[in-house]
Amino acid sequence: MSDHEPPSAGPSLWELLVEDWRAERPVAMAEVVAGPEDLVGGKLVVRPGAGNDPAEVVGSLGNGDLDRVVSRDAAGELAAGLSGTRHYGRHGEAMNREVEVFIESFAPPPRMIIFGAVDFTAALGRVGKILGYHVTVCDARPVFATVARFPMADEVIVDWPDRYLAKVGDSLGIRDVVCVLTHDPKFDVPAVVAALETNVGYLGAMGSRRTHDERLARLREAGVEDAGLTRLMSPIGLDIGARTPEETAVAICAEIIARRTGRAAPSLKDREGPIHAVPAQPAAG
Amino acid sequence: MREVMEDVERWRADGKAVAVARVVGVEGSGPRLPGAAMAISDHSEVSGSVSGGCVEGAVVAEAVDILEGDGKPRLCTFGYSDDEAFAVGLTCGGTIRIFIEPLNW
Repeated sequence: MSDHEPPSAGPSLWELLVEDWRAERPVAMAEVVAGPEDLVGGKLVVRPGAGNDPAEVVGSLGNGDLDRVVSRDAAGELAAGLSGTRHYGRHGEAMNREVEVFIESFAPPPRMIIFGAVDFTAALGRVGKILGYHVTVCDARPVFATVARFPMADEVIVDWPDRYLAKVGDSLGIRDVVCVLTHDPKFDVPAVVAALETNVGYLGAMGSRRTHDERLARLREAGVEDAGLTRLMSPIGLDIGARTPEETAVAICAEIIARRTGRAAPSLKDREGPIHAVPAQPAAG
Repeated sequence: MREVMEDVERWRADGKAVAVARVVGVEGSGPRLPGAAMAISDHSEVSGSVSGGCVEGAVVAEAVDILEGDGKPRLCTFGYSDDEAFAVGLTCGGTIRIFIEPLNW
């Protein structure tokens, strides 16, 4: 690994990691952990640029092409807050397992805050975990908001949504999401109003078209203006015909991803008509 | 690796040699996720963990061997898939892969 040590001038890779960690800046490190002996131990650090600035890459895995491909993947893993191994060819080729690279993300995981301790919450929490979220389930009813019902959640909070957001709202940012699944105006109107005060990148609320219309009226009464209503994804989820809690969780998470990446995907919000199509009957006989 | 950074920084400030061990792969049931880390100083100090206590002893031995030996990184696999299943295993039945290296970078 002596070939891959950074030049003696400037901070070492370790010092860069410590510096970024102390400043709470996201940073990723990639290292060859298996493969050709001359590459093992090679490492590079990826520091994302601010805004649209390109990432800064320090260090090397021993090959420029491999560095390029791995830096790109490391930036992707970091954006998702994930760590794990990936395989490449010696020159970064895909579908090749010669070189095993461990990519470690140093980013606080983004947060998924789910209001409402219902069956959909458990499914959404599971999919949220798969996507790397720190999942919080919050409901004001202690009977429903229990760790036993939501073992996948990183935390289960018994509190009113708006009161909870008043406590943590300032710490939420563009990577974080809030999903309001209560479909009870008593809970979800204050939750949406409070969530609109935060900088979360995604805010969605569940409900039928009818629930949605009623909620819009109540939100307007509560003083929410058009900009806020436009930001709210309601009814929550992509229009993929999801039916079960698990399918709905996928529809919601797919919408979260599509919103983040800016891709055009059919959201229920942008359509009219029934959310659930009448299933086609199988032909008799 | 975050969880060992403070201890490692203190050891480095004291001029101690340090090895770091990181979980890079978990198969089946494993107590710690990839990125879980443990640091070992050449003064027999340990910080962090890479499992639920099942393999830490073996990892320390490997790390000391690296610090006292050729300093080359090692990828170690622990779990019931090992030939020496009785030597070091995870009670959970999973397999973890741990990359151990001297902190000289």
